[in-house]
Amino acid sequence: MNLLAELGARTLRVLHGFGHAALFFLDLLRALPGSLRRFYLVVHQIHAIGNRSLLIIVASGVAVGFVLALQMYYALVTYGAAESLGLIVNLSLVRELGPVVTALLFAGRAGTSLTAEIGLMKAGEQLAAMELMAVDPRQRVLAPRFLGGIVAMPLLAAMFSAVGILGAWVVAVGLIGVDAGNFWSVMQNGVDWWRDVGNGIVKAAVFGVICTAVALYQGYETEATPEGVAYATTRTVVVSSLAVLGMDFVLTALMFTTP
Amino acid sequence: MSKQMTGAEMVIQAFADQGEVLVDGQDVGRLSEAGVYALRRRMGMLFQNGALFTDLTVFENVAFPLREHTDLPEAMIRDIVLMKLNAVGLRGAASLRIAEVSGGMARRIALARAIALDPELIMYDEPFAGLDLISMGVAAKLIRTLNDVTGATSLVVSHDVPECMAISDWVVLMAAGGRLVAQGTPKELMDSTDPEVRQFVRGEPDGPVKFHYPAPELDSDFGLAAAGGAAGAGAGATGAGAGAPR
Repeated sequence: MNLLAELGARTLRVLHGFGHAALFFLDLLRALPGSLRRFYLVVHQIHAIGNRSLLIIVASGVAVGFVLALQMYYALVTYGAAESLGLIVNLSLVRELGPVVTALLFAGRAGTSLTAEIGLMKAGEQLAAMELMAVDPRQRVLAPRFLGGIVAMPLLAAMFSAVGILGAWVVAVGLIGVDAGNFWSVMQNGVDWWRDVGNGIVKAAVFGVICTAVALYQGYETEATPEGVAYATTRTVVVSSLAVLGMDFVLTALMFTTP
Repeated sequence: MSKQMTGAEMVIQAFADQGEVLVDGQDVGRLSEAGVYALRRRMGMLFQNGALFTDLTVFENVAFPLREHTDLPEAMIRDIVLMKLNAVGLRGAASLRIAEVSGGMARRIALARAIALDPELIMYDEPFAGLDLISMGVAAKLIRTLNDVTGATSLVVSHDVPECMAISDWVVLMAAGGRLVAQGTPKELMDSTDPEVRQFVRGEPDGPVKFHYPAPELDSDFGLAAAGGAAGAGAGATGAGAGAPR
């Protein structure tokens, strides 16, 4: 009986958590028009979230491109399909690795930064002070960061894929000796602008919504203590990463069910 | 009450639990969210730690409510901010970052921000906590002066009895859990014969408000109750030994 009661209590807690997060998300959406009145804050956040994540995104993109070209070449050459290397690398990056790896890095770099920032603002009573000055912190603090994350994430994913392809080109053409014309022409023929690139950008935007909303929620709802902020920061990475991976499967199933 | 509450919130909550909180005839508990926000525009609040925005400068902190709630031109905002900072003696610190100011200065900057929109009600949450004697005297004088000059109503929540008594027109003494102990003019409370009020205003360590947090009996906590006879004998022996050198 105790076990049953405990199970029921846990289920209720989980459902309450989901409900609370859903209401927070709706509040965030309602605050968006208000944040557009302060558009300079959105621009500032795109810079803070996007530009300051560039280094890790570019470095990771190049590294992934290098490795992808090597691994794919050794697999393809076995079947005499080495000329498809450019196409495979491009589709892997644009459809999957670009949005997913960028989102995971984004959660680690920008997400944790957002959670810690909001959590410390809460601990320092800055959010409470704002409310008492009749300024809604959801409009002034959360919504600009939310919009900034949604805009920055697809741009970062595009950057990741672009430098990844360039990295693959360096390895494939420069080191392995694949024909440069072939590398680019199979890409041009095989990659569809909307179906591949467009869907990749849509994926990245969805991941941007997930990562930013999770980071803001964890920061806003954190316990206002050093331990609370530390715990919330960790939870941001875990929840965002799991949500991105789960949503990636759903989106891939919806976008690429037919060859 | 939640541990997250500030002192001022606790006081207001204590009043609200036992009745209603009226501001300018409006029952705050019955206001809509928009109504509460409209009311807050007419109020200023000084937080215990200042609650200044650490990513803004001193000037920008004081300008914050003006920029959010008015369409004043930048030149006028500048003049108002400098006037408010001058009132708290920090006009020269306008360009400093918040990390560069001391605790006492932060409290005064927060005060300048709280009066930026000339509020009708100013609430102070522990304005004297953690301040040295000079800063405390400055803060007390400022609160009284601003109250008189602006004509606002000031609500000060504090544990510093002498400073509060010196600047207040009306004092309400509250105990743990929001219990009302006494109220009156500072003189009435200073002259009170009520033991609890006397303990409060004189800062006596023990009295109706106990020094010890509620705990089990000493005997049971130190395991003396079970070995009562042996312990008594030991104590007697120690007493005798202490007397021997005489």
